[in-house]
Amino acid sequence: MVGYTEALTDPSYNGQILTLTYPLVGNYGIPDPSEVDSDGISKYFESDVMQIRGLVVHELSETASHWNLKMTLDEWMYNEKVPGISGIDTREITKKLRSGGVMMAALVVSDTEIDVDKVKKELASATHYDSEQFMDSVSTKEEKIFGNEKESVVVIDTGAKNAILRNVRELGYKAILVPWNTTYEKIMSYNPKGVVLSSGPGDPQKCPDTIDTAKKLIENNVPTLGICLGAQIIGIAGNTETYKLKYGHRGQNKPCVNLENNQVYVTSQNHGYGIKPKSLEKSDFKLWFTNADDKTVEGIKHKKQNCVAVQFHPEAAPGPFDCKFVFEELKQLMEKK
Amino acid sequence: MPINESLKKILVLGSGAIKIGEAGEFDYSGSQCLKAIHEDGLKSVLINPNIATIQTDTRFADQVYLLPVTPDYVESIIEKERPDGIMLAYGGQTALNCGVNLEDSGILQKYDVKVLGTQVQGIKNTEDRQLFKDQMKEAGVPVLKSKTVTNFDDAKKAAEELLYPVIIRVAYTLGGRGGGIAHNEIELHEIVERGLKASLVGQVLIEEYIGHWKQIEYEVMQDYDGNNVIVCNMENVLSMKVHTGDNIVVAPSQTINNHEYHMLRSAALRATKHVGIVGECNIQYALDADSDRYVAIEINPRLSRSSALASKATGYPLAYMSAKIGLGYNLSELVNRITKSTTACFEPSLDYIVCKHPRWDFSKFELVNRKLGVTMKSVGEVMAVGRTFEESLQKAIRMLDIGNDGLVLNRTNGTKYSEEEIEFKLSHHDDQILYNVAIALKMGISVDRIYKLSAIDPWFIEKIQNIVNTESKLKESELDESVMWDAKKMGFSDKQIARIKEKTPDDVREIRKKLGVIPSVKQIDTLAAEWPAVTNYLYLTYGGHSNDVEVPSDEKGIVVVGAGPYRIGSSVEFDWGTVNMVWGLQENGEKNVSVVNCNPETVSTDYDICTRLYFEELTQERLLDITEFENPKGVITCVGGQTANNLTPGLAERGINIMGTSAIDVDRAEDRSKFSAELDKLHIQQPKWQAFSNLNEAKSFAQEVGFPVIVRPSYVLSGAAMKVVWSQDELKTYVKDATDVSPDHPVVISKFMLNSLEVDVDGISNGKEVVIGAIVEHIDSAGVHSGDAMMCIPPWRLSNKTIETINEYSKKIALTFNVKGPFNLQFLIHDDHVYVIELNIRASRSMPFVSKLVKTNLISLASKAILDKPLPKIPENKWQKIHNYGIKVPQFSFMQLDGADIALGVEMQSTGEAACFGDSFYDALSKGLTSVGYNLPDKGTALVTVGGSVNKEKLLPTIAKLKNLGFRILATEHTAEFFEEKVGDVEIVHKISEPERKPNISDLLYEKKIDFIINIPSTLSLEKYVGMLDDEYQIRRKSLELGIPVLTTLELADSFVKTLEWLKTNETTKNPIEPYDKTE
Repeated sequence: MVGYTEALTDPSYNGQILTLTYPLVGNYGIPDPSEVDSDGISKYFESDVMQIRGLVVHELSETASHWNLKMTLDEWMYNEKVPGISGIDTREITKKLRSGGVMMAALVVSDTEIDVDKVKKELASATHYDSEQFMDSVSTKEEKIFGNEKESVVVIDTGAKNAILRNVRELGYKAILVPWNTTYEKIMSYNPKGVVLSSGPGDPQKCPDTIDTAKKLIENNVPTLGICLGAQIIGIAGNTETYKLKYGHRGQNKPCVNLENNQVYVTSQNHGYGIKPKSLEKSDFKLWFTNADDKTVEGIKHKKQNCVAVQFHPEAAPGPFDCKFVFEELKQLMEKK
Repeated sequence: MPINESLKKILVLGSGAIKIGEAGEFDYSGSQCLKAIHEDGLKSVLINPNIATIQTDTRFADQVYLLPVTPDYVESIIEKERPDGIMLAYGGQTALNCGVNLEDSGILQKYDVKVLGTQVQGIKNTEDRQLFKDQMKEAGVPVLKSKTVTNFDDAKKAAEELLYPVIIRVAYTLGGRGGGIAHNEIELHEIVERGLKASLVGQVLIEEYIGHWKQIEYEVMQDYDGNNVIVCNMENVLSMKVHTGDNIVVAPSQTINNHEYHMLRSAALRATKHVGIVGECNIQYALDADSDRYVAIEINPRLSRSSALASKATGYPLAYMSAKIGLGYNLSELVNRITKSTTACFEPSLDYIVCKHPRWDFSKFELVNRKLGVTMKSVGEVMAVGRTFEESLQKAIRMLDIGNDGLVLNRTNGTKYSEEEIEFKLSHHDDQILYNVAIALKMGISVDRIYKLSAIDPWFIEKIQNIVNTESKLKESELDESVMWDAKKMGFSDKQIARIKEKTPDDVREIRKKLGVIPSVKQIDTLAAEWPAVTNYLYLTYGGHSNDVEVPSDEKGIVVVGAGPYRIGSSVEFDWGTVNMVWGLQENGEKNVSVVNCNPETVSTDYDICTRLYFEELTQERLLDITEFENPKGVITCVGGQTANNLTPGLAERGINIMGTSAIDVDRAEDRSKFSAELDKLHIQQPKWQAFSNLNEAKSFAQEVGFPVIVRPSYVLSGAAMKVVWSQDELKTYVKDATDVSPDHPVVISKFMLNSLEVDVDGISNGKEVVIGAIVEHIDSAGVHSGDAMMCIPPWRLSNKTIETINEYSKKIALTFNVKGPFNLQFLIHDDHVYVIELNIRASRSMPFVSKLVKTNLISLASKAILDKPLPKIPENKWQKIHNYGIKVPQFSFMQLDGADIALGVEMQSTGEAACFGDSFYDALSKGLTSVGYNLPDKGTALVTVGGSVNKEKLLPTIAKLKNLGFRILATEHTAEFFEEKVGDVEIVHKISEPERKPNISDLLYEKKIDFIINIPSTLSLEKYVGMLDDEYQIRRKSLELGIPVLTTLELADSFVKTLEWLKTNETTKNPIEPYDKTE
């Protein structure tokens, strides 16, 4: 029910029409987009723009109430020129998605009768989500530096959320955000203590440059943390295989078991792809976290090198903070080295 | 970690009789706990004197003891049963306190009984205010700042530190009196000076005032390994100003953002881990409405009303899971009971909004203060599920069964206020607060102004504005499809729409269905449809366009209507009836039994019980929606108390098959004139009565039979608007009140017969045979409402001839009215004549009591009768051959009701009851009295004040006995004079209204120099109703607040003293109850 501001600005949702299962949306409005922290990172937003293509809700709160409110959700979407629709039986749509899997969709508004067949035809010829190349639109074009500490962590931006930067900053390092296709050599020129491969949208196979970089990071034992898409990229770099889940894991309530101590954590997740469990066997990785419900791979650790990756979002925003310790894990790898 | 192998037998403590703050929710949580134990093949032992519960049936527990949940009694059971573990979290504060006491006194250690779940230290960490503050600090969770001071200068310093406004709480005074909120130094001075004087220890507490902060709660589950999840969070609409038990609560929270939600969530996990919770707990926060500042207010280390609500709001059975954790399982080993495939270690996501609304029964109490604040006063609650707040709220209001059809467009609309009045009402919450918000909006007061006055978040006010706007739209527009959808999505009922459109609800229903505006049936599935769920847990909403489930067309089922919210007069006993009816039908081969109910504190709304559970309104409109969807072979309305019963005629008229006694026969019993005519035919007497629609006729009737008379509407529930009237003036007032309650039915006035006995008969008939469950005699004389009276089986003052007559009458009446199912008859015995007072063709309050004592489950029999099956052969007068005595004792909750008078009358006031069995009358009675909180002292001091010379005379033997037992006796002047002469050695004390005269009752009460009080008010005399006898009232009220037992009827005083006498030479028995006899 909470977290629409964060979700709508999460680059991982780039290119998608989002349907929210919670029926009442926009209750607490939208905070000020221009508010930034002392590093210049947006305080409340996960990226500079609204990433989604469209929003489907049951009831849009026409007024909003919160001390930290700048505008209503409706006003924000209007400003960002992103369409949305309300009054929809979103539970019914959820059930469709649950059985049919994530699918292409169109949002059509019309005063007159809608020609559904025509819309379907147009949809069939539209670029399919799976074949879209997102990196150009979600990744930074140039390096960005946050903080002025001596020691730094490079974050490879395949659609990074600001929360990843905030967490790196909380660890006490300068954060250097670089484009998705930055080479290993370029990254090492910053002399970082470690590297984070960020979350992001789409198929990991669409990021060959990043996979290449990941391979070298592992090879050279650079302390590395992969998150979500970043985890899949690391997986591929470490000889595992990825696949598209029938319908992804999306929500803030996903239980994961840490196999090292059998503790269960509630995690925030948003992924349509995953690492094939079977493919771990012949790879350089061992299983770290599994999803308690469907036993899918939620975290891996390299058997020899300083490389870990999680499929969920330890940076939260939206979602629970239970797994912030994953960043501490990276810190330990960096300090060990 | 799998189950702890060392456990073989587990002791579970119940919560005892229902009282405000401890209601039926503990039947639900206890039953779930017992079920969890049973499933693992372990033996369970339950101690709980609340006989009307499901958990005290021997279905879930292996041994059930109807005994007081006190350390002494529990110890004796531990000694006898030797359990390996004990569960303390399932019986409210009663069980928790008892457990702490057992641990502290070394009893648990002595018998090597392990506390399962949260350990006693963990309990203390949350219960002790200072320990709690320390623990929270260590866990990095802020708490409210406060300072104890003993003079004004320190108070001023403290207030400046904390920043105004501050709240001043007075230490050691009664009911928080003398405190207040200070916005500046002048106010502070006034309140602190006053408070220091009022405090017995000269102390006041200066605390930051946070009444306008949001009140947010989280329900946490944690296992022995430290895995923890949040199952539900909730937001209180009426902010911190009102106790959460009296608050209107929504789940999930609506006005906090992601950051705040997770900040509080993380704090909840930290806090519960730190204090050492194992199982379930509730943590309550105050969150500033203007920043992200928050404080933890308290942690409840046990199942609670909130956890029952959260279980029903999410579909996650907290009590069951918590019990499994107590047995040693960890969260990830447990399976989600709804999906049956995913793990229980997850956080449910909802795709609806739940609205909990409390049910208050202020009108039952004289002098009670209706203001809402930090003390809980409600007696029950309902939960509504919808897809908009407006829908949930208006549904909830209808569920309350208080005669309102929603927030607006009610039968009695039109209270007009000046701006000044409404502003006062908005800032002083009472049970009308949300209606007043609607009125204010209609008056044009701005949302912001209302927020400033009421501290209700503007988001909720805007939603109420939507309801108000929809009302005007309805008024101005034609009922086309779009208007109809809008109104229904905003939660308007057909009745509301009919009212504004000047149509009948049937017309509106017809128009609506033609427009295709019908509700969808949706599942509550814990995961917002993300995974397939086979759940049968359902609600109806206009926020959707398709149904989640289908009813198989080949199997016609039965719909059982539950009892709605707990209230005075309709409590857990009707839930017992509902659940036993479902089981009875199932045991008789019915595969498809659905339940409709809206009370989250019940077992009947456990989705494991039935085929499909509709968490829905008990209104005609909704029942028709459900029957249209279900297409059942029939609906059962005879086990859900008067709420369900009242639906009978309306449903029957609309073609719904009412199973059991026909609607026509029910009407013959409910309609006084028809009923009376039938009795005349049978030559059975009844107290003289007549029905009236105008006052003058009523007056002349009363004159003719003589005062006092009883006034009531012809369809009644628990004496609602039933009053004993002593004069013409009062008659005028009460006739008016009674017609307000039931405008469609005339008022009945009957002669009130003083000095008579009252008797209840519970029975079952299938139209051919009649089984008499038992004849139950009231210990109190007639005039005390049957729900407030102590009752005994077998009767001990009735002659055999009278018993025979009652038996004969009962059978005749049951057959005459073609009863098919349960019935209850009330008789009055006056001068050896038997009069019939009323017939209720439905399950009654006393049926669980009768069933358990006589070992015949009457509702099981009723299910057979309803299915047209022959009744099993039950020995004639089986109840008379039972070797036990059973006594049912009422539980009152006056303490919570600021100002309420505890003298009993014809209006029912008790909130619950306990019943105990014994070898003798006094064996059972002493346990019964202990169960409802009476301390039975073996020596000490009694204060006696009696009104009227007849009463004094009657009480004489009792006082003499008391004297003999060695009690010191104090009395007020007139009373002392009388008893001094007769028994001697009575000390005079002076009235509270004469404080300068010493010794004074007031001082003696405060100094706790009085062990109990016999205060017989002149209830049945003119005085009480002409002018309140303030002094007597003061005594009753003060002693109540100090926890000193007050005996207000002659019968109770007499039984009490005889019990004390019996205890001098006897010990109570401690036997488990015997299971129901197998009937086939």
